[in-house]
Amino acid sequence: MSDRNSIESRLLQEWESRAGSAMNGRLHDSRAEAIKRFRDAGIPALRSEAWKYTPIRRILDRMPTLDIDPEGINTDGLDLGASTIEGLDAYRVVLVDGRFQADLSDVTGLPKGARILDLRESSSDEDVVRHLDGTGTEARDAFAELNSAFVQDGVAILVDAGVIVPRPILIQQIVTAQKPSLVQPRLLGVFGRNSQARLVEVCSTAGQAEVLTNAFSEFHTATGAVIDHVRLIDEHAGAVHINNLRSYQEGGSNFSTNVITVSAGTVRNQSYFLPDGEHCETHLSGFYLAQDGAHIDNHTLVDHAKPECYSNELFKGILENKSVGVFNGKVLVRQDAQKINAYQSNKSVVLDDTSRMYSKPELEIYADDVRCSHGATTGELDKDALFYLQARGIRQDAARLMLLEAFASDVLDRIKEEPVRAHVDQLIRSRLSRN
Amino acid sequence: MLEITNLHASIEDEEKEILKGINLRVGAGEVHAIMGPNGSGKSTLASILAGRDGYEITQGSINFEGDDLLEMDPDERAREGLFLAFQYPVELPGVNMSTFLRHAVNSVREHRGQDELSAVDFLKLMKEKAGLVHLDPSLKSRAVNEGFSGGEKKRSEIFQLAMLEPKLAVLDETDSGLDIDALRIVSDGVNQLRSPERSFVVITHYQRLLDYITPDFVHVLVDGRIVKSGGKDLALKLEELGYDWIKEDAVVA
Ligand SMILES: Nc1ncnc2c1ncn2[C@@H]1O[C@H](COP(=O)(O)OP(=O)(O)OP(=O)(O)O)[C@@H](O)[C@H]1O
Ligand SMILES: [Mg+2]
Repeated sequence: MSDRNSIESRLLQEWESRAGSAMNGRLHDSRAEAIKRFRDAGIPALRSEAWKYTPIRRILDRMPTLDIDPEGINTDGLDLGASTIEGLDAYRVVLVDGRFQADLSDVTGLPKGARILDLRESSSDEDVVRHLDGTGTEARDAFAELNSAFVQDGVAILVDAGVIVPRPILIQQIVTAQKPSLVQPRLLGVFGRNSQARLVEVCSTAGQAEVLTNAFSEFHTATGAVIDHVRLIDEHAGAVHINNLRSYQEGGSNFSTNVITVSAGTVRNQSYFLPDGEHCETHLSGFYLAQDGAHIDNHTLVDHAKPECYSNELFKGILENKSVGVFNGKVLVRQDAQKINAYQSNKSVVLDDTSRMYSKPELEIYADDVRCSHGATTGELDKDALFYLQARGIRQDAARLMLLEAFASDVLDRIKEEPVRAHVDQLIRSRLSRN
Repeated sequence: MLEITNLHASIEDEEKEILKGINLRVGAGEVHAIMGPNGSGKSTLASILAGRDGYEITQGSINFEGDDLLEMDPDERAREGLFLAFQYPVELPGVNMSTFLRHAVNSVREHRGQDELSAVDFLKLMKEKAGLVHLDPSLKSRAVNEGFSGGEKKRSEIFQLAMLEPKLAVLDETDSGLDIDALRIVSDGVNQLRSPERSFVVITHYQRLLDYITPDFVHVLVDGRIVKSGGKDLALKLEELGYDWIKEDAVVA
């Protein structure tokens, strides 16, 4: 506990030293409130229940001193290849170390009423200012506060009512920092009534330095809008990635998200869903492949505050070789939220006894007329199934791969964009068959 | 083709011996039926032939086409031409039937030095072989065995047998769970697959199946031993008298 304040106090000092610089009035106030809340919350302590299996304080303490908000981004010779998705015809946004790269991005051809903005350049944009931090602060943790306190870089996607964005929006986030660094990208998505958009995020690292990404995405989905979101996280072993997502839905909207984590380092995905109106549909899913010491933690909270909504949650993953997986999914059905259909499932395959999966599904129901189910299973690869395939002449490694791909298939089937699905399939196949 | 000599086997990590000295010789093109009471070791023998792990072979040997079968991995045995139609085929959710079979067929073909089948040829082959056991064509686009009825699972096993064209097929109670019509259809399918080069070991409880698939030899397995062998008439006698007279015989002998 002696250096309990090391990282917090550095962050607080850093915040003080740049307070007032390049901030307009409204944003300055919300940043000031966020840093206060961050200070009050503090980096979660080791005994924190919510971080029980991901001792973030210890993880951060072990990292070298981080360069907060690294300057001097150099994009010369940057290879975007790994985070490009073959065959995906998309509007493209590139963020390097969290910062929007206009020259590497291409958002031409957006329909009227849809805008993709560099957050740094749009801190006085009416819509941005109105919606940033507009998903509320309930159940927000220290890391979301931290991102909000420093918010500056990232991307804003603003789609007006009735506008259908015809092509998916690909956001390539690459961390290139050569020194230990903290990067804090922000994604703001504001989707007007009856609008439609598809977002694909690919997060990768290009360097070998130890980096902490503290990302925060906020989505506002208005009545009748249909939004589909995929986030693929594939980073190196020295990367720690905290990924906060908050999704606010108006009644009659449909929001889907699928987070695919294949990182070699530490990842914490924490998602908060507030379907705040009747007849919302919320589809949340994720797949994790943790190999060789990786640590992947998925935390979700679906807060059913309004009646007549549907949510469907499916998280699946595969673990091997000294890896750790964590799933904590909570579905909260508040007293007035009658006629809710909420389903949750978590399934993991642990391939050897050096790896661990901690799964904790939680249902908290205060309404009486609801249909909810949840379940979690963790097991090894089915030996009888493996034998069946081998008994048909299929070699053991091929049989194993076939079964693991079959295991992952229903959650990956939720990826609607065919080239993205193919990209993820290929990635997982190559990782699983590398031995 | 197959020669089992003095085979003793027990369940790994358990004292209990299940097979207590099996001797069996199956020549090319022959059909052997194995009958015997529940728990006598018939499925254990089939599993050991196919290479399932979890058994300890304490004595004896199995020779298949001149090679030591016990030295081979299960997939190798299958590629060498051994096929087991399972008593309880497992369901494989998410594994598409045609993808699975294409992989299996091509593994076997590669081993035999044949070219991979093209997509078109593969579909043709599937269609032809599915017809053999009147397999509902929609099953081919489903996940392997998932949600198949008991009878459909058994037909699907024989369909796979037809696709893989093994030298030796072991059928473990393929008749149980089949209705009368299905029994005839499946038996017809098996009969069409009979050839001078292909042998069958048919495990069954019922003489009825042997009315359709006429065996060259019938063996009775009791408590881990083949206690009696004979021609197809032996099955008729068993149907009539049960196993007790043999058990008594065995004790006396
Ligand atoms: N994995 C196992 N662990 C413990 N005992 C086993 C195992 N597998 C088989 N046995 C035992 O071995 C004996 C033989 O079983 P097996 O399944 O071979 O019989 P079977 O002749 O096929 O019977 P049935 O006609 O009922 O199918 C039984 O007593 C069974 O309980
Ligand atoms: Mg049996």
